[in-house]
Amino acid sequence: METEILARIQFAFTVAFHYIYPPLSIGIGLIMVIMEGLYLKTGNKHYEVLTRFWLKIFAITFGIGVATGIIMEFEFGTNWAVYSRYVGDIFGSALAAEGLFAFGLESAFLGVLIFGWNRVSPKVHFISAIGVFLGSMFSAVWIVVANSWQQTPAGYHIVGEGFNARAEVTDFWAMVFNPSSVDRIVHVWQGAFLAGAFLVLSVHAYYLLKGRYIEISKKAFKIALGVATLISLTQLVSGHSSADGVAENQPAKLAAMEGHYEPSAPADLYLFGWVDNQTQEVTGIKVPGGLSFLVHQDFEEPVTGLNAFPEEDRPSQVNAVFQFYHIMISIGMFLIGLTLYASYLWWKGTLFDKKWLLRIFAFSVLLPQIANQVGWFAAEMGRQPWIVYGHLRTSEGFSQEVSSNQILFSLILFLVVYTLLFLLFMYSLNKKIKQGPYDEAKNALEII
Amino acid sequence: METFLGIDYPTLWYLVVGLLFSGYAILEGFDYGAGAWHLFFKKDLSRRIAINAIGPLWDANQVWLIIGGGALFAGFPVMYATMLSAMYIPFMLFLMLLVLRSAAIKFRSAEEMKWWRKTWDVIYFTSNILIAFLLGVVLGNILQGFEIGENFSYQGGIFFSFLNPYAIMVGLTTLSIFMTQGAIFLLLKTEGHLHARLTFLLKKGMIFFILSFAFTSFYTLIYLPGVTDNFKANPVFFILPILAFLAVANVPRLVSKKKYAPALVFSSLTMAFLLMLVAFQLYPVLLPSTIDPAHSVTIYNAASSQKSLGIMLTIVLIGAPLLAGYFLFLYKTFHGKVKLDDTSY
Ligand code: HDD
Ligand code: HEM
Ligand code: HEM
Repeated sequence: METEILARIQFAFTVAFHYIYPPLSIGIGLIMVIMEGLYLKTGNKHYEVLTRFWLKIFAITFGIGVATGIIMEFEFGTNWAVYSRYVGDIFGSALAAEGLFAFGLESAFLGVLIFGWNRVSPKVHFISAIGVFLGSMFSAVWIVVANSWQQTPAGYHIVGEGFNARAEVTDFWAMVFNPSSVDRIVHVWQGAFLAGAFLVLSVHAYYLLKGRYIEISKKAFKIALGVATLISLTQLVSGHSSADGVAENQPAKLAAMEGHYEPSAPADLYLFGWVDNQTQEVTGIKVPGGLSFLVHQDFEEPVTGLNAFPEEDRPSQVNAVFQFYHIMISIGMFLIGLTLYASYLWWKGTLFDKKWLLRIFAFSVLLPQIANQVGWFAAEMGRQPWIVYGHLRTSEGFSQEVSSNQILFSLILFLVVYTLLFLLFMYSLNKKIKQGPYDEAKNALEII
Repeated sequence: METFLGIDYPTLWYLVVGLLFSGYAILEGFDYGAGAWHLFFKKDLSRRIAINAIGPLWDANQVWLIIGGGALFAGFPVMYATMLSAMYIPFMLFLMLLVLRSAAIKFRSAEEMKWWRKTWDVIYFTSNILIAFLLGVVLGNILQGFEIGENFSYQGGIFFSFLNPYAIMVGLTTLSIFMTQGAIFLLLKTEGHLHARLTFLLKKGMIFFILSFAFTSFYTLIYLPGVTDNFKANPVFFILPILAFLAVANVPRLVSKKKYAPALVFSSLTMAFLLMLVAFQLYPVLLPSTIDPAHSVTIYNAASSQKSLGIMLTIVLIGAPLLAGYFLFLYKTFHGKVKLDDTSY
C-alpha cells in the first residue's frame, strides 16, 4: 500500500513537472515558426530579431522538457512494472512510433535550429524550425494516444489470466483512434498553443509597460494575440467534445467532475462549489439541470451518478477532481473574455493604450499553465481506481519488487534535482527576458 | 510463428533493439567519453571547445537511448519491466545523472563567475563518468543473470547488490572504451593546444582501455562458464570475437599514425562487435535467471504479440530511412573543427 502511494506521488510529481515544459515548447514553437515565416516573406529585420530572441527561450524550455521526459519514459518500467507488462503490446508501438517519427525529427533539427544560423541558408533554417515544431506536435500525438487508450481502451483483446493477463492489439487503427484520442489530442495541442502564446504575450506586455522594444513588441504581441484568441475560442469546442466523450465512456469520471451522486437523476452544472464526499452534498453556485442539458440537450434527462457504481469502482477523490476540473473551465472562460476584449481593442486601434490590460497580460502567463496541469489532474484522478479503465487497477499495476524505501530514495533525489532545475529555468528565463532581444544601448537592431 | 526472410519476428526485433543500443553506445560513447575527460583540460577555453564539439549533436545522439528504450518496451515489455524494476537504484541514478549532465551542458557557460563554471565542470565530469560506468554495471549484471523466480518476479537484493565485483569490472571497461571513443572524437574536432593535450591524454587512455579490456575478457571466460556454449554450437560465430579483437588492436595502431577518422570507425566497430558478441552469447535469453533457467526472460516469453511485432517492424521500415536522413543532414551541417560563435554554449 505504502509502495503504491509513493509510486503514485513520484509519478504525479515527475510527470507534472515534465508537463510544465512541453506545452511551452509546442506553443513557442508555433509562434516562432510564424515569426520566421514572416521574416522570410517580408524580409523585415524585426521578425528576425524576434525569431532569434524566442529561439533562445525555446532552447531552454525544450532542453528541460527533454531531460525530464526521458525520466518519464523509464519510469513506466521502474515503478509500474505490472502495468508495463500488461499494456506493452499496445503502448509499446505508440512509444516506438513516437521515438522514431517524433523525437528523431525534433532533436536532429534542433541542433540545426539552435546552432545553425551561420551554417545553413535562411530557408533551410526555417525548414528546421518547422521540423522541430512538427516533431513536438507528433510527440504529443503518440503519448496522448497511449494515455487515451488507457482511459478508453479499444482495438484489443485480453489474453492470459491472473498475473499473466495482458492486452494485445487486434486492430491497430481502432487502438490509435480509440474513442477519446482525437478529442484529447486536439485539446492538448490547444492547451499547448495557449501556454506558448501567453508567454509571448506576457513578455512583450512587460516590455511595452517598461517602454522598451516598443516596435517589435507590438508586432509580437499581435501575432500571439491572434493565436490566443482563435485557440481560446476553439478550446471550448474541443473541451465540450471531450466532456461528451467522458459522459459516454467514463460516466464515473463525469459524475465526479460535477459531484453528481444520485444514480439516476438530472444533473446540475456548477460554476464553483465544494463537494463533501461523506454527505454527498455539493455547496456552490449552479445551473440546475445544466449538465443534463450539456450532455442530452434536455434539462430534465437523468445522468448516471456516482452511486450507480460500487464504491471500489469509482474515484474516491471526488472533490479534488471537481475542483481541478472547475479551475480549468474558469480559466478557459476567462481567457476567452480576455482575448476577445483585447482583440476588439486591437480592431479599434487602442490596444496598447490601456496599461491595466497590459498588466493583466503580463501576469496571464500563469493561467494556461495552471489549466494544463489541473486538466491532466482531473483527467487522471477521474480515471481512478483504474490504471487501465475497467481492466487493471492502479493498486495492481505497480512494481511489486520495488520497496518503499527505494522509492523514497528516488523521490527525494527527484525533489532535489528538480528544484535545482526549476530554479535554473526561472533564473535563465528571467535573465533572457531582462537582457531582451537586442542591446538597446547600442541600438544594435541595425547591426544584427 | 510468423517470419520475414526466414527469421522469426522476435529475433528480428532482437536485432532491431541490438542495433539501436549499438548506435546509442557508439554515438553517446563519444559524448559521454568526451565529457569524461573534462577536468583533464585545464583552460576554460579548452573546456568550452570540448563541450561545443558535441554541442549540436548530443541531443540528437540521446534519441538513440529514447528509441532504444521505446523499442525494448514495445517489443519485449516483460524484459523492459523486469529489468528496470529489478535494477531500480542504478537506473534511477542513471536517469538523475542524465538530467544533471544536460543541465551542466546548458548552464555551464551561461555565466562568467569562476565558482559557477567550476561547479558545473565538476558535475559534468562526474556525471559523464558515472553514466558510462553505470551502463557497464547494468550490462555486467545482465551477463551474470538475475535472481528471477516464477512470473518474472525479481527476488534479489535491493539496494546495493548491483555493485558486485564483476559488474564493477564491466563498468570500468565500458568507461575506458567510451573514453577512448571520446578522445578520438575530440581529436577530430579540435586543433592547436587542446589537440596536443588530447594526443597526450589518449595515450594514457589507451593503456587503461587495453588493460581493463583484457582483464574483463579473461575474467568473463573463466567466471561465467556458459558463455561459450552458443559459440560451440555455431562455430561460424567465432568470427565475432576475432573481429572484435582485430578492431581493438587496430585502434592504437591508427591513433599512433594520427589517422583519427578511421580510428573512430574502428573504435565504434569495437563497441558494435562487443555488443554483438554479448547478444549472440545470450540469445535467445534476454535475462538469465540464476534461480532456474526455466524462469529466464527470453525473447519468446517476453515478446509482444506477433501482430504487434509486425506493426512495429513496418514502423521501423518506414522510420529508419527517415532517421538516417536526419542524422546525415545534421552531421553534414556540423562537419569539421569546432568554431565558437554567438550561438555556442
Ligand atoms: C501515457 C500515459 C500518461 C500520460 C500522457 C500522462 N499520464 Fe498521468 N498517469 C499515467 C499515465 C499517463 C499512469 C502511468 O497510468 C498513472 C500512474 C498511476 C496511475 O494511476 O496512472 C498516472 C498517474 C497520474 C497521477 C496520479 C493520479 C492518482 O494516482 O491519483 C497524476 C496526478 C497524473 N498522472 C497527472 C498527469 C499529468 C499532469 C500528465 C501530463 C503530462 C499526465 N498525467 C500524463
Ligand atoms: C507521461 C507520459 C510522458 C512520457 C513517458 C513522455 C516521454 C518523453 C520523452 C522520453 C521525452 C524526451 C524526448 C526528446 O529527446 O525529444 C519527452 C519530451 C517531450 N514530451 Fe513528453 N512524455 C510524457 C508526457 C507528455 C505529454 C502528455 C506531452 C504532450 C503534450 C508530451 C510532449 C512532449 C514534448 C513536446 C517533448 C519534447 C521536449 C519539449 O518540448 O519539452 N509529453 N517526453
Ligand atoms: C473552456 C472550457 C474547457 C472545457 C469545457 C474543457 C474540458 C475538458 C475535459 C472534459 C477534459 C477531460 C477529458 C478526459 O478526461 O478525457 C479536459 C482535459 C484537459 N484540459 Fe480542458 N477544457 C477547457 C479549457 C481548457 C484550457 C483553457 C486548457 C489549457 C490551457 C485545458 C487543458 C486541458 C488539459 C491539458 C487536459 C488533460 C488532457 C485531456 O484529457 O484532454 N482545458 N478538458
